[in-house]
Amino acid sequence: MKKTIQRGLFTGALVLLTAMTSKPAHAAVNYQALVDADVKKFQGYFLKEFPGVKLEDFGDGVYALDEDSRKQWKEMEEFPPYELDVEAGKALFNKPFANGKSLGSCFSNGGAVRGMYPYFDEKRKEVITLEMAINECRVANGEKPYAPKKGDIARVSAYIASISRGQKIDVKVKSKAAYDAYMKGKEMFYAKRGQLNMSCSGCHMEYSGRHLRAEIISPALGHTTHFPVFRSKWGEIGTLHRRYAGCNENIGAKPFPAQSKEYRDLEFFQTVMSNGLKFNGPASRK
Amino acid sequence: MKSSGIIAAAAILLLPSLGIAAAPAGESSVEKGKALALDTNKGNCIACHMMGDGEFPGNYGPPLIQMKERYPDRAALHKQIGDATIINPKSIMPPFGKHGILNVSEIDQIVDYLYTL
Repeated sequence: MKKTIQRGLFTGALVLLTAMTSKPAHAAVNYQALVDADVKKFQGYFLKEFPGVKLEDFGDGVYALDEDSRKQWKEMEEFPPYELDVEAGKALFNKPFANGKSLGSCFSNGGAVRGMYPYFDEKRKEVITLEMAINECRVANGEKPYAPKKGDIARVSAYIASISRGQKIDVKVKSKAAYDAYMKGKEMFYAKRGQLNMSCSGCHMEYSGRHLRAEIISPALGHTTHFPVFRSKWGEIGTLHRRYAGCNENIGAKPFPAQSKEYRDLEFFQTVMSNGLKFNGPASRK
Repeated sequence: MKSSGIIAAAAILLLPSLGIAAAPAGESSVEKGKALALDTNKGNCIACHMMGDGEFPGNYGPPLIQMKERYPDRAALHKQIGDATIINPKSIMPPFGKHGILNVSEIDQIVDYLYTL
């Protein structure tokens, strides 16, 4: 008797399984829904891990987690170390190219476009970042591209970020191609690599908030909201991809070039994970 | 003739124990191990573990205390440093031996040091 019931249950489960697995083949896949479910899980992890921290405060990175560090940082932000860079960025943004146009002629909304990047370009089938768009504008107008990690690229990016503060992060993943890029970024985020065999998620998710020697490790939620940053360790302003490269070097992994497909996909994934937060760059960091 | 044979046999039997005793017994091995454990390009154990009197230790992993009691089997501790992912594939601890960050004798020296904690 018991055996027949078990067998019946097993067959039932099999039928159900077949029905479930065969379904996506017929229906169109809602990629945005898949991604939204990931976002909910990802943000839920951090909200549970740090119950005292509000979702929007994760844009302040490690300073959202630790009161002492937050105080020091607030003091630093009273006279922002990136202020001169923002001013320089503004001048570069408006400075005419040889052809009479300027960076300003490439961007809508007076350049307050931070909230539009990164996005997946469905025609080009790749992720377009703000820094990439800045350099493509220069090249399209017969100018040389900026070096991609620091200097003028970071200054222009900082100016654009500064006039876009408060724009909501809402990165869309609407197609198979966009989802593929998202998945590449996701893999980059979770996979262990390098001589130290570490992943982004290991430190910035599982061990976020803990001490690595004297440093408190920042949460991955909100990682991309506040770039470019003036980092005390650098003594200057730099881009997100410069930080990615430094992180890879720290774990004994060969960094990818700034604006490589690998880092753009990672930026895409990470920014999607911060959907619902606000862009609040540029910022100062230790 | 007979007695010299016995002495030789005794010496051979004693050799392995002498060999093991010689390396870790010296204070220098413990000191070398400590230096390796603090070296940011080598063990850098203190980045993640509270360790002796080292300042600003990290707290990724458990404090390195009572190591002899926790790892009575020296080989088990050696293996854990060499590749912690054997026991826990998700471990964040770098596989120091497997990835060539530390060689076998360096891990030996670190174990000697850890046994003093």
